[in-house]
Amino acid sequence: MAKKPIGTPLRRTDAIAKASGTEKYLSDMQFDDMLYARMVRSGISRGTIQDISLPPLPDGYYFITYKDIPEGGKNELVMIKSDYRCFAEQDVRYIGETIGLLVGPNRSELADLVDKISITYNEETPAITIEEGLACTGGPFVGTDNLFCDFTINKGDIEDVFTRADRIIEDEIITGWQEHVHLETNAALAQPSGDSYIIYASAQCPFYVRKSIAGLLGLSYEQVIVRQTTTGGAFGGKEHFPDVLAGPLLVAASVVKRPVQLVFDRHEDGAYSVKRHPSRTIFKTALAADGTILGMDIDVVYNAGGYESCSYVVLQRGVFHATGVYNIGVSRVRGRAVATNTFPSDAFRGFGAPQTLFAIETHMCHLANELGVDPLELKKQYFLKQGDSTVTNGHIFEKVVLSEMLNQVKTASDYDRKIKEYTLGSGKGIGIAFYNHGGAFTGNGEQMIIKAKARLHKRADGIVEILVGSTEMGQGLQTAFTKIVADTLEIGTDRIVYPNPDTSVVADSGPTVASRSTMIVGKILERAALEMKNRWNEDTDFSTEAQYEHPEGHPWDQNTFQGDAYIAYGWGACVVEVSVDPLTYEVQTTGIWSSHDIGVPIDELVVQGQINGGIIQSLGYAAMEKLDYHPKKGFKQIGLSDYIIPTSMDFPSQQWDLVHNPYPYGPSGAKGMGELVFNGASAAFVDAVSRAIDCEIREIPIPPETITELLV
Amino acid sequence: MIREIQFTLNGEVVALTCDPLKRLLDVLREDFGLTGTKEACGEGECGACSVLKDGKIITTCMVPMGAVHGCEIMTIEGLRETQRGRVIIEAFADGGAVQCGFCIPGMVIAAESLLEEHPEPTEEQIRLGISGNLCRCTGYDLIVESIRLAAQRGKGLW
Repeated sequence: MAKKPIGTPLRRTDAIAKASGTEKYLSDMQFDDMLYARMVRSGISRGTIQDISLPPLPDGYYFITYKDIPEGGKNELVMIKSDYRCFAEQDVRYIGETIGLLVGPNRSELADLVDKISITYNEETPAITIEEGLACTGGPFVGTDNLFCDFTINKGDIEDVFTRADRIIEDEIITGWQEHVHLETNAALAQPSGDSYIIYASAQCPFYVRKSIAGLLGLSYEQVIVRQTTTGGAFGGKEHFPDVLAGPLLVAASVVKRPVQLVFDRHEDGAYSVKRHPSRTIFKTALAADGTILGMDIDVVYNAGGYESCSYVVLQRGVFHATGVYNIGVSRVRGRAVATNTFPSDAFRGFGAPQTLFAIETHMCHLANELGVDPLELKKQYFLKQGDSTVTNGHIFEKVVLSEMLNQVKTASDYDRKIKEYTLGSGKGIGIAFYNHGGAFTGNGEQMIIKAKARLHKRADGIVEILVGSTEMGQGLQTAFTKIVADTLEIGTDRIVYPNPDTSVVADSGPTVASRSTMIVGKILERAALEMKNRWNEDTDFSTEAQYEHPEGHPWDQNTFQGDAYIAYGWGACVVEVSVDPLTYEVQTTGIWSSHDIGVPIDELVVQGQINGGIIQSLGYAAMEKLDYHPKKGFKQIGLSDYIIPTSMDFPSQQWDLVHNPYPYGPSGAKGMGELVFNGASAAFVDAVSRAIDCEIREIPIPPETITELLV
Repeated sequence: MIREIQFTLNGEVVALTCDPLKRLLDVLREDFGLTGTKEACGEGECGACSVLKDGKIITTCMVPMGAVHGCEIMTIEGLRETQRGRVIIEAFADGGAVQCGFCIPGMVIAAESLLEEHPEPTEEQIRLGISGNLCRCTGYDLIVESIRLAAQRGKGLW
């Protein structure tokens, strides 16, 4: 019998336990002597703490602050940067900054006590928006200019192009905050264990947590054992943010000597957790007399909030995707991450790329309007091809299948007919967007920084254990890895187990981020499995381990950001059709079609789940997920009754397709895909809406209220 | 104010002395250890804490214990022991409905509730039936397909 292709769906290994309610998430865990915690946070955007007045604390209740960090410990969380403090000391930078942890045995008593804590501040003028941050409103609080980072990349000579240009088109594109809304809120637990601590966390990156918090108590990494608990969604929101829970919990556990659990309620999670960076992208595009795009000068600013955390890296990805899927001959892209007195922005599916990809797609439509040509025709002229140079003067290595994907979505959506039939301003519109996503860490980060390892263990009973730090958070990784290993070993998937990682047991395969797990860790596992297969009959109980190997011939300079920013990209095309109510301006989406190049799918059902979910999350970002900020109160939409995410009624079922384009360095030809599928639907939606109402749109989200403002 | 409240929980008569304002959600999770019912929003918007009360779907974060006296409550722990529950759970697993899983026990309850009303549901009836249950992972398509699959496989059960 012929072997089935690897993409043939396998019932997810975690499905039955989750669907029948037996799977345990962090809030389902109980220890006999466990205490609970509630966070005490800054109530102001900027200032210094004058006094903290506590109500009388009953026996068994503790208030934990920076003062409980022992000598030799450091009050910092080590993320990409180490500027994020575990506890505020005198000054506070934003509403929601951690000041302390109230710990005790009874949760409702804790809630009452937290309400009775009174903190007085000496308030200062905050900077909330990108413009206020850049203007250093209230005086700079990071360096002399509020900039966490500021860099520029050049391809060719933009000044020369501007002197030759017939005209220069300026365009400003804005994107807002977005909340992750993983259905499981943030949660962690710290438990003392001899001279060590065990941290249970709903987290994407158990090794990140360990690295981040060990220094608080001056511990070695080995003394902080992190066990990932089954994670109810993450989307980047549990990449660095679990450190913000685990750090204070570790300090608390060292004081109270008992397990301490912290579970955010939804309002806390909405008001006091990291978000997607708001952005402002300004284009100055030089056009020749015949309409040829000569070059683009692009200025990208991300609102990073009060601490840098991983904003520099998020911004890099934004900058490296700033010209999208287009070969723009000459470009200059400047990126800045500006400090403001808002909750820190952090990782969110797409990691900086969705903002600039939305901007370039929308800008290309505006250029087409300016030139009086069809946007799709304009975009097609500049499609990147194999061998083309990128914005960082690197190269596209793979065959680019954008034309094939375009054909698929055009046929499926009946695009050619509808684009003619739905005249501008008719209330009906169809839009299209193209996008890509560089797989894995930028440049040589996998080789120089991450150095991932993966281990397999064949037990005496013939069961093979996958021992890696990569985590299942809903995306289907347990199933994907199980299939890759089983396929290589040529054994049944029922003989593979892949437990949630424990840092004291598994190999550090790097963080579960950057769409890297299948593509990078999957390949390392494939190699470990090959070695195991060769030794299969030799031993009954043995392990094999493999390490990341970087493909040759991809130069990258991390200081100048020149060279191959990514070795391979995923690619996508998405069509969205809408109808806009002429009275209420409510937008009904009537069709969604997509095609993606993800190399080869490891599991078609898992892949469909990612495509469907990523596209709906992207449409929510564009259509409805409005998140406003009040300088005195913080985020305005903090619960699920006012921060609106898509329901089953908001969007129709999707049609989707793939173009198989095997990637030689990925397991069975697979590339990353989890973020790619988020990157384009928002631009396709906005293209469709702007056609339906015959009005250019420069900002997302665009709920009906915003459309009304545009038109009235 | 403490009251004794009697109700039927997954087919068994139980009694509990508690504040009648205590949420049914907390009673299920804390007093009975039934952690299959999840809390995700705490304000009746997301459906993760759904159970059946006298056969109707409710969000337990919004229901005080005083309103449960004399009622029949069925949670995911009860439903999974029934043939209907098993059909839905198997269809969810085969149909790719499950990703992070946090909304799924509530979604299974919603599926049972809508199949009770529409044994052969249209896509619109399914989408309406789960519209009170938020999922951030799937975009809903595979959940809708899985409920359709459950209806086919379980023909005659509802």
